[in-house]
Amino acid sequence: MSSLANKVQDVFNEPGCAKNQGKSDKERKKGCTKQLQPGGAAGGCAFDGAKIALQPITDVAHLVHGPIACEGNSWDNRGAKSSGSRLYRTSFTTDINETDVVFGGEKHLFKSIKEILDKYDPPAVFVYQTCVPAMIGDDIGAVCKAATEKFGKPVVPVISPGFVGPKNLGNKLAGEALLDHVIGTGEPEYTTPYDINIIGEYNLAGELWQVKPLLDELGIRILSCISGDAKYHEVASSHRAKAAMMVCSKAMINIARKMEERYDIPFFEGSFYGIGDMSDSLREIARLLIEKGADPELMDRTEAVIEREEARAWERIAPYKERLTGKKVLLITGGVKSWSVVAALQEAGMELVGTSVKKSTKEDKDKIKELMGQDAHMIEDMTPREMFKMLSDAQADIMLSGGRSQFIALKAKMPWLDINQERHHAFAGYEGMVDLVREIDKALSNPIWDQVRKPAPWDDGQESWEARALAEAEAEAAAIAADPVLAEEMRRSTQICNCKTVDTGTIEDAIKADHLTTVKEVTAATNAGGGCTGCHERIAGILSALAATKAEAREADHG
Amino acid sequence: MAEVRNSKKACTVNALKMSQPIGGALAFMGLNGAMPLLHGSQGCTSFGLVLFVRHFREAIPMQTTAMSEVATVLGGLENVEQAIVNIAKRAKPEVIGICSTGVTETKGDDVDGYIKLIRDKHPELDDIAIVYVSTPDFKDAFQDGWARTVTRIVDELVETAAPEAPRTQKRINVLPGCHLTPGDLYEIRDIVESFGLEPVFLPDLSGSVDGRIPDEFTPTTLGGISVKEVATLGTSAWTIAVGEQMRAAAEALEKKAGVPFTLYDRLTGLAPNDDLIALLARLSGRPVPEKWRRQRSQLVDAMLDGHFFFGNKRIAIGASPDLLWSVSSFLTEMGCNIEAAVTTTHGPLLGQIETDEVLIGDLEDLEERAEGCDLLITHSHGRQAAERLGIPFFRMGLPMFDRLGAAHQTTVGYRGTRDLVFEIGNIFIANAHEPDTETWRQTAEVSDDTGSAFAAH
Ligand code: SF4
Repeated sequence: MSSLANKVQDVFNEPGCAKNQGKSDKERKKGCTKQLQPGGAAGGCAFDGAKIALQPITDVAHLVHGPIACEGNSWDNRGAKSSGSRLYRTSFTTDINETDVVFGGEKHLFKSIKEILDKYDPPAVFVYQTCVPAMIGDDIGAVCKAATEKFGKPVVPVISPGFVGPKNLGNKLAGEALLDHVIGTGEPEYTTPYDINIIGEYNLAGELWQVKPLLDELGIRILSCISGDAKYHEVASSHRAKAAMMVCSKAMINIARKMEERYDIPFFEGSFYGIGDMSDSLREIARLLIEKGADPELMDRTEAVIEREEARAWERIAPYKERLTGKKVLLITGGVKSWSVVAALQEAGMELVGTSVKKSTKEDKDKIKELMGQDAHMIEDMTPREMFKMLSDAQADIMLSGGRSQFIALKAKMPWLDINQERHHAFAGYEGMVDLVREIDKALSNPIWDQVRKPAPWDDGQESWEARALAEAEAEAAAIAADPVLAEEMRRSTQICNCKTVDTGTIEDAIKADHLTTVKEVTAATNAGGGCTGCHERIAGILSALAATKAEAREADHG
Repeated sequence: MAEVRNSKKACTVNALKMSQPIGGALAFMGLNGAMPLLHGSQGCTSFGLVLFVRHFREAIPMQTTAMSEVATVLGGLENVEQAIVNIAKRAKPEVIGICSTGVTETKGDDVDGYIKLIRDKHPELDDIAIVYVSTPDFKDAFQDGWARTVTRIVDELVETAAPEAPRTQKRINVLPGCHLTPGDLYEIRDIVESFGLEPVFLPDLSGSVDGRIPDEFTPTTLGGISVKEVATLGTSAWTIAVGEQMRAAAEALEKKAGVPFTLYDRLTGLAPNDDLIALLARLSGRPVPEKWRRQRSQLVDAMLDGHFFFGNKRIAIGASPDLLWSVSSFLTEMGCNIEAAVTTTHGPLLGQIETDEVLIGDLEDLEERAEGCDLLITHSHGRQAAERLGIPFFRMGLPMFDRLGAAHQTTVGYRGTRDLVFEIGNIFIANAHEPDTETWRQTAEVSDDTGSAFAAH
């Protein structure tokens, strides 16, 4: 097994990753080789994920070793902000050509590293492996080692060629690169009992800066953020932190866990999204620091800040209540941020519709996260017309979702707000939630909606394309209902597990053939449920439905 | 006359170039009911998709064969088959356009062979056209991918016509290069139609990604030229190709169906549009409509008003070959000096650009050479360079992700050229250096004193 394969295996065995807890040994091994569905897949590659995770380190030169596709089509497309160096926004790629493909690209890579060091003098170069050089056997680990020795500057190999898997695998492989080559190689100028790391925060749209002033006020120092607005030296000396917060996405769990193991840095999983979550996170940071020796009065100061900020935030949200009360929001987003957002929207008087989330009692929190994660997956899988149908069925006033559904919403003349990665607005901390409510209000109260929804005077309203699209969707549904064979086929082809693209039929067949009785077994047999685990509920549903029919059949037999 | 050189650097810094397969995919998007499919790993498609979504601000159809590490070694037959079958089922396209990538070209997948096998096995796909183009990432660039794809579409989908077969006298094929926007195509359509002729565009992005509210939601492209229309291109009276990159496609069409063609290396500027209007008048046998006489005179007037501000201006341009040719030729005609010209790939006209050197390079090269220029012209990725250089920046080309209306930027025809004179001229005016007591001795430039401009009339 190659060293990359070992790495991938290692990452999949991550014990701190909740996703893995439900997996059998067999499934874990399969994890890395599982096929995506050709013609039905969406989403970035592992290289994309690695770059997302590391590029926010601002003073490093990020060099992509591969053909122009990997970097040329994608650079400068993310919103991570920097308070210092801009080098991270300069794009470097070897742009390998046919000759490199035939004779190998290692020399080309080595020369590129030298050029970068000569011209830009960064504290370090990160070299990203991509598919083609991986296929032709370029050993970038060896090239980086040689370059480090020759030039006396750290040159870090990030081995995550796109074809090993999806984005989130790339996040983790990026984490491994930091653990292997960067973290622990530097020393901070001084340390304090109030030093923390924030792991998995990328400072998109400057979100970290909505949080940092509060930490500053409390005397808590971000020794290193991994990786938003970070400098190389900070990451290199991050092992001296007293505690860490892992920002709620499993993206960099391996860093958090391994740093705990190696350097005794305890961590917790938290979020900066939402007023309640923000407060919880501040408390957790204070608690961990106190546990590690900080003065317990830190907690009193933290509580005071929380009380002040919460009151201020609610007070600032209140004026919007009048206009927003009763407005219906269709919220579709991945699990991590949703819960927090839900609370703020409800506080502003809005109602959630159309998603699996109806009300938000704290006890349901995890379940809601799970359900919303599933919704977010579902929408990625929908055809545009289905999405439109869902929009009009929901009768929502505004849709909040990731970028993918933006144009469907807008073409349907539905107010829309981006709460995903590429957004331009920062929604973190207390400040961020107020901003979110303000943005929703701004979108809803814009005077364009009435104008754009009015048909042209010469157009017969009945004949509008919206009406037609809905009629067609209904006709399709009717056709399916009238044809039992087709209906069955449609039912069986409904995707259950979106991460691993497994449909109902496959799961049912496996359950019947192997007499499976638990979700675990289903996952082992079909891979379904081996990703974000959001579909476990649905798999359980299928299990019990089949068990019921079987029982009925037995009864019928006996009777 | 310019010397065309390749950048000698090992490391590309701030790429100007984009890859071939997504150029090909964009060409397929000019077909109606199309699903472009990149044969490679999922990331390649994801990057291309995001790029086009940000540029056009539209939902974009594009799929992947999702090659895993193992599949790249074993070959992609199974993946191509599954992808086609899945797309056929989910999206019901008229045509699936497959472009290879670096990953699958390194292995050397025989996709044409795969398609034959897949066709034999799946008669249900008989109604769906499948066109495959080889577009390795590690060779050439975006423009080549576009051009190659259009040629392949002609080879595969146009029906052969006997030389003596009757021609639809009124119908004109237009083969636009990838540097033309949907707005440009609308302009050309207007011009051709005004002579009572019927233009058909291959590819037709003005039908599919022209920034409008669609009539329907489909997972494939909606609008663009249909496969059926493509089949009949051989019966048109004439072909107009725009951009040197389209020569191969125009020749293929001529060879296959005997349609004669005229190639315009650009349609920005006075003379090329005169030629176009003259050709259309000849083909249609109609007099030149009043509209164009008027617009021509408006362009002439704009050039007169503008030339004060364009004269001796130092320009740095980074663009794919045909766009570079078009813009630099026109600006030269307006009295500008092209100080720096950087492009992405080879092209037969590059040596004729009036500048010392045309470099096949990147935006770092352009930035180095643009120091002290009055204007930087390139796609949106030039924004950091323009900021560092402190010179005005005019966005042209793809991607244009930080401005609205990329699809509607129109620079062809009399009207498009006239508007370009205004847009660029206004940038010069806005950035004119007002002389003061310190600098007036050195400043011999015309400022935004329109009084003197009128006086000179
Ligand atoms: S899948 Fe591979 S070749 Fe494609 S963009 Fe990702 S790293 Fe590059």
